[in-house]
Amino acid sequence: MKEFMLIFRIKDIADFKPTPEQIQERLNWLAGIAAQNKLVDQGNSLSPFPESAKTVRPDNEVTDGPYTEIKEFIVGYIIVRAETIDEAVEMAKENTIFKLGGNIEVREVIKHKLH
Amino acid sequence: MTGQRFRNNSLLGDLFRQEYPKMTAVLCRRFGLEHIEIAEDIISDAFLKASEYWAVHGVPENPAAWLYTVAKNKAKDHLKRISLFETRIAGHIKPDEEEAESDFGFGSGYIGDSQLAMIFAVCDPGNSAQSQICLALQILCGFSVEEIANAFLTNLETIKKRLYRAKTQLRDSRFQIRTLSAASIQSRLDTVLKTLYLLFNEGYFSKTNDQLIRNELCAEAMKLALMLTDNPLTDNAQTKALLALMCYQGSRLEARAADTGEMVLFEEQDQSLWNQELIEKGNYYLVNACQGNEVSKYHLEAAIAYWHAHPASPDRWRHILQLYNQLILIEYSPIAALNRAFALARVYGHGKAILETEKLGLTGNDQYHKLLGYLYEVTDVGKAIDHYRLALQLTRASPAKQVLERKIEALNK
Repeated sequence: MKEFMLIFRIKDIADFKPTPEQIQERLNWLAGIAAQNKLVDQGNSLSPFPESAKTVRPDNEVTDGPYTEIKEFIVGYIIVRAETIDEAVEMAKENTIFKLGGNIEVREVIKHKLH
Repeated sequence: MTGQRFRNNSLLGDLFRQEYPKMTAVLCRRFGLEHIEIAEDIISDAFLKASEYWAVHGVPENPAAWLYTVAKNKAKDHLKRISLFETRIAGHIKPDEEEAESDFGFGSGYIGDSQLAMIFAVCDPGNSAQSQICLALQILCGFSVEEIANAFLTNLETIKKRLYRAKTQLRDSRFQIRTLSAASIQSRLDTVLKTLYLLFNEGYFSKTNDQLIRNELCAEAMKLALMLTDNPLTDNAQTKALLALMCYQGSRLEARAADTGEMVLFEEQDQSLWNQELIEKGNYYLVNACQGNEVSKYHLEAAIAYWHAHPASPDRWRHILQLYNQLILIEYSPIAALNRAFALARVYGHGKAILETEKLGLTGNDQYHKLLGYLYEVTDVGKAIDHYRLALQLTRASPAKQVLERKIEALNK
């Protein structure tokens, strides 16, 4: 089994505060992965608001908010267990983030070993 | 173990079950856990003497006190022999005479403390779950090896081996039973709660059909959990939540006996058989367990049991699904995954639940096939029968088999 990180992105900062129905749908989805014993890490949400998101660039330049040159920003991540990336993609497809025009990036986790 | 031979004599049998755990706890606290066999021998001797002496002279006025006195004297004799050996033969410094002569304090306060200490001594994280339950049944609940073997549907030799290994581990761990500190309690409380949880489940979901054994296992687990809530050192939110869970489940034991190993559809149980008093106790402990912010798996399971005990609430399956979602995120288990899928069927319909259940891939699990059989009954009788047949192949207990056979037969018509 390999591990994959699912990285969630949305476009509109207003969508970061989900409705009770959205919370229920997300929890159903997440628990569905856990019920298959394929959830490695519940992950965390990442606050996109300017007071809790900064971007540091070369020459000590610090800007407010997540990286602003792209039109969307990361709001969270989880880690799942799957045989192949396609299986992880199938899990991602059932998430409701797409209704918000968001997207999910699926990335295989390469574990660092301490030598 | 001599427990079985007193079972014919109901007074001695009852006394054995009640007093053996207390006496073992008190003597072990005095001798140290490494000498648990000596404590067990002394107590068995006391019971043997009782069976002989009472048969001739009649039962004394206070049988328990009589047993305690005999055990105390035998223990003192043993300590004298040890001290003789140590001073004269091994040449050690003379041990404190007063300690050897000290009272064994079979007073109720001391017994309570000793039993609590014994619970923590027995629940050694180094032992496997199965060994721990066996050990708890023997030492904390006074079950004989035969009774344990019956409860587990296994043979005497297996249980004896498990107990032997478990006791070796106890001796090697050098757990200090005499001075049970707040620190050692904290380090073991999780294991203790887990053991009591398993002990209760062993009764509630027991493989055996013997209703008496099932009830007794549940009652013993509740007694021990109650003991934990009575002591400020061990009475925390998780302990209360666990006891609440046991109260709710326990309230349905009688109604469960009426059903025959069916996947428990609470709607189908005769609710007049539910024990309202226990449900109220469950409510009491659950409310108290939820004073802080802690949400353990015992809280979630107790909350699920709460909703099952209140079938009139229209929104309860939505709550139950939500609780199973949280539970599965805390700790994966096949049974939680299947119960969650069942709740999903109640909230979103069988179609969605089938999709979710088939993803679980628990193809070697009879409950998995039973659930799929149930979910397919309405839409695809052929598939329902296939799954019930697979469940039948994987089921060993005969009442559960009969239920499946009847279902297949009904669907075939």
